[in-house]
Amino acid sequence: METIIREGTPKTPYVRLDGDKGIIEIKGRSIPENSIEFYKPLIDWLEKYGSEPTNETSVNIQLEYFNTSSSKCILDIFKKLELIYKKGSPVEINWYYEEDDEDMFEAGEDYQSIINIPFKMIEMEE
Amino acid sequence: MGFNLNDWYKKKRHGDVVLEYNGSITADVISEALNEIEESLNLKNERFKIRKRVYNVFVECLQNLYHHVDLPPKSAPVEQKENFGIIILSKDETFYRISTGNFVKKEKISYIKDRIDQVNSLTEEEVRMLYRDILSNEEFSEKGGGGLGMLDIVRKTGNKLEYFFDEFDKEYIFFSLDVYIS
Repeated sequence: METIIREGTPKTPYVRLDGDKGIIEIKGRSIPENSIEFYKPLIDWLEKYGSEPTNETSVNIQLEYFNTSSSKCILDIFKKLELIYKKGSPVEINWYYEEDDEDMFEAGEDYQSIINIPFKMIEMEE
Repeated sequence: MGFNLNDWYKKKRHGDVVLEYNGSITADVISEALNEIEESLNLKNERFKIRKRVYNVFVECLQNLYHHVDLPPKSAPVEQKENFGIIILSKDETFYRISTGNFVKKEKISYIKDRIDQVNSLTEEEVRMLYRDILSNEEFSEKGGGGLGMLDIVRKTGNKLEYFFDEFDKEYIFFSLDVYIS
């Protein structure tokens, strides 16, 4: 599977989707005006990846900011991952948040309450 | 006397103005504004949590304008530009205030009012629950949030939204929204 890498911009996050290693990473800011445009190719990639995932998929989400328009797209990513998980292929989700960032911690809890995959909440020290 | 934009500005500029903009709300304008507030000394000296919240809420307010504003009425004392909106971020003693203003057609009043009143009527826990509910169940439009923007603002600030409808002429009102972060 092709690997997708997107460098971060002031409004969009760094993204790495590595199908051979089973690594999915999203880091930085996600505040585009049109988030569907940004996330659609990533969600399409996950759909394909889901048909033949590696033995274990490791997901690292480390967001600094995201807007409400991105929130649904991020959920769509988790939903694709949930399908993989439900088929019996292990998926590990690491949700990183900065120390003292209650809002980002709560955002992780929001997703965890909707998605049936255990999240590992990881606090990063400043 | 009818609505006076200068009086409105005067009120919203109370305190230290960190950023003020009026004109077309475009993606580039949003990028520049975000850059500017990040560089502002006022915010650089703030605690991490406050800085983040101001930034986050500012993004939502500005993008809310971006998705919803229209041309101003022809007789309005502002530039005739598409997607016209005003945003002012000021530090007023112990809190930050984000004020937005834009002209809307009268028939939209009840829709906007109902939306805000609903959000304002909820407890913190209800806001959280409704947020999760909309996030997981509703289809978003291309315009984004499906109402999540306002909820997100209330959730992050812990404060109610303050809004005003000032009659501008027979067809239009000036809608203004104040958000406080402390």
